Amino acid sequence: MQRDSFTRLESRYFYALVAAGAMVVAMGLFAAHLMETHGHIITGMNNQIVWGMPHVFAIFMIVASSGVLNVASIGSVFGKPVYKARAPLSSLLSIALLAGGLTVLMLDLGRPDRIIVAATNYNLTSVFAWNVLLYSGLFAVVAIYLWTMMEQRMNPWSKPVGFIVFAWRIILTTGTGMIFAFLVARQAYGSALLPPMFIVMSFAWGLAVFHVVQSSMYAWNRKTLDPLILKRMKNLLGLFIIGTLYFVAAYHLTNLYFAKQSGFERFILADGGLYPWLFWAGYVFLGSLLPLLLIFYPGLEKAQYTVIASLLVILGSFALLYVFIIGGQAYPLSIFPGFEVSSSFYDGQIASYTPSMPEILLGLGGIGVAFLITIISVRVLNSLPHDIPDRRKQEVA
Amino acid sequence: MSTPNLDRRQFLGKASAVFAGLAIAPGMLLFDFAHGRPAGEAASGKVRWGMLIDTNQCTSGCNDCVTACNKENGLSGGTKPTDAQWIRKVELKDMRSGRTASLPMMCQHCESPPCVDVCPTGASFKRADGIVLVDKHRCIGCRYCMMACPYKARSFVHEPVTGQNPDVPRGKGTVESCNLCVHRIDRGEKPACVEACAKAGHRAILFGDLNDPESEISRRIHTVATAQVRADLMLNPGIRYEGL
Repeated sequence: MQRDSFTRLESRYFYALVAAGAMVVAMGLFAAHLMETHGHIITGMNNQIVWGMPHVFAIFMIVASSGVLNVASIGSVFGKPVYKARAPLSSLLSIALLAGGLTVLMLDLGRPDRIIVAATNYNLTSVFAWNVLLYSGLFAVVAIYLWTMMEQRMNPWSKPVGFIVFAWRIILTTGTGMIFAFLVARQAYGSALLPPMFIVMSFAWGLAVFHVVQSSMYAWNRKTLDPLILKRMKNLLGLFIIGTLYFVAAYHLTNLYFAKQSGFERFILADGGLYPWLFWAGYVFLGSLLPLLLIFYPGLEKAQYTVIASLLVILGSFALLYVFIIGGQAYPLSIFPGFEVSSSFYDGQIASYTPSMPEILLGLGGIGVAFLITIISVRVLNSLPHDIPDRRKQEVA
Repeated sequence: MSTPNLDRRQFLGKASAVFAGLAIAPGMLLFDFAHGRPAGEAASGKVRWGMLIDTNQCTSGCNDCVTACNKENGLSGGTKPTDAQWIRKVELKDMRSGRTASLPMMCQHCESPPCVDVCPTGASFKRADGIVLVDKHRCIGCRYCMMACPYKARSFVHEPVTGQNPDVPRGKGTVESCNLCVHRIDRGEKPACVEACAKAGHRAILFGDLNDPESEISRRIHTVATAQVRADLMLNPGIRYEGL
């Protein structure tokens, strides 16, 4: 194929993808409009399951947006050139995912029109209010970081700003974990283990997203990622998957040890219907063990296996978040320990939840926002990683 | 120089006292009997409103407090998972002894309310007199307070509301809960559930000022064994239960 015909074709593909992304975003906005007009009655959420599918999507994207910065941090804070070449892409992805996640979170509010109220009234004891500052701050520090990397005369600042980004995102993910860790009365939450668990989860999920985007970009540009770099980066993903498994296991084992939590654990891990299935088959097997096999089994060195492993990690993260957020609310609150409880408000009952189309579309709309920002910015801002062969060899060796 | 007319002076003095008394008395009486607050005066931190619920008097199957609450606050009374319920009757059965109890459950008006701590905009707040409220103009509908409440006391308004009581504004997309009938308290009346329970002859709910050692509620709490729900959380709710 001639060069200009490839360019024309490539351009056509690009606009087709932008149109597809815009359509997903439009559907998400339409869903939000329906929720705004009719109220949350058209969602599956209710007074028992108050956070549903939009929160699964939003929290995935927010956690991954912090984790994807890991690539940049390894480059700037720990000085690894292979990762440094990927810092711009990692920063762009972070902004894209954060924008997607926050779009979903904001449009799911009962009164999204009052966003200015949230921006101007801060209750300083609320971890939600802290997060409003942390999220908007991340946009700012990552944007500055990108500037220091892309503007040559600002290059010397890229390392110190990289440090600030590193600290900021660790604090940000701590804040996201604390949203749940600070819930004193719910069996599923209220654990100091959650913030570090969220940090490790962010490493795995962010790197998985990075792998998928990086591989797509290389395929698009008909380039092949150096096998040594791929090996290094996929091994890191494997390490993060094991780290996440470790924290999830520690969280459940602690709960299992407390007699008062055994009912909840039995529900989540054994007899809670959909939730144990999602946990064991979705998160543990498909989202962790299978990707580990694809990453570490000898002979599976091709980039495609890493992409499949990464997609499985993302799938598993949705399963885990569904179990954590929705399963955690479905199990009844222990208001009267030692008593069997019943009431018209579903006390003592497992709450039911069926996600509705509008809330799924809203979540997908957030993914669409992240996709659009990514695809447009990688085209506009030449962010394809450029590895310097000699330094790369030194580094990898 | 003439001697002062003492009779006239005494008359004037007594007349002034009677006149002043007549002028002040209606206000004093109003204050004394009704404890109402004039409009524009801030709630006092000297008062802490609370309730003592006697589960021995509360009858299983009686729903009068719930019905009265729904009527007072313009709630539909529906019990779908998406319907708002500010107060509900809870039936309890001790897992070991089999002893049963019935009681009304609503916002417990904690001294350290988790809903107030977590609210990002400060829409959830505690009034000086201990009543926990939601500012309907400031609530953005994030539902974090519902996640944080240990008593499942809050409801989210899932659909447009009609037939509202002008005293109790509600709005789609915001969170709400028992406000202890704050509009009635400010008029010097008791909450609707308390009145309904008394009308039904149960008198299971005693309402009053927990800070006043002479109030009936304080005297009762001082003399009989009462408990707070989830006392282990140390939130010091203003609602207490007897016979639990």
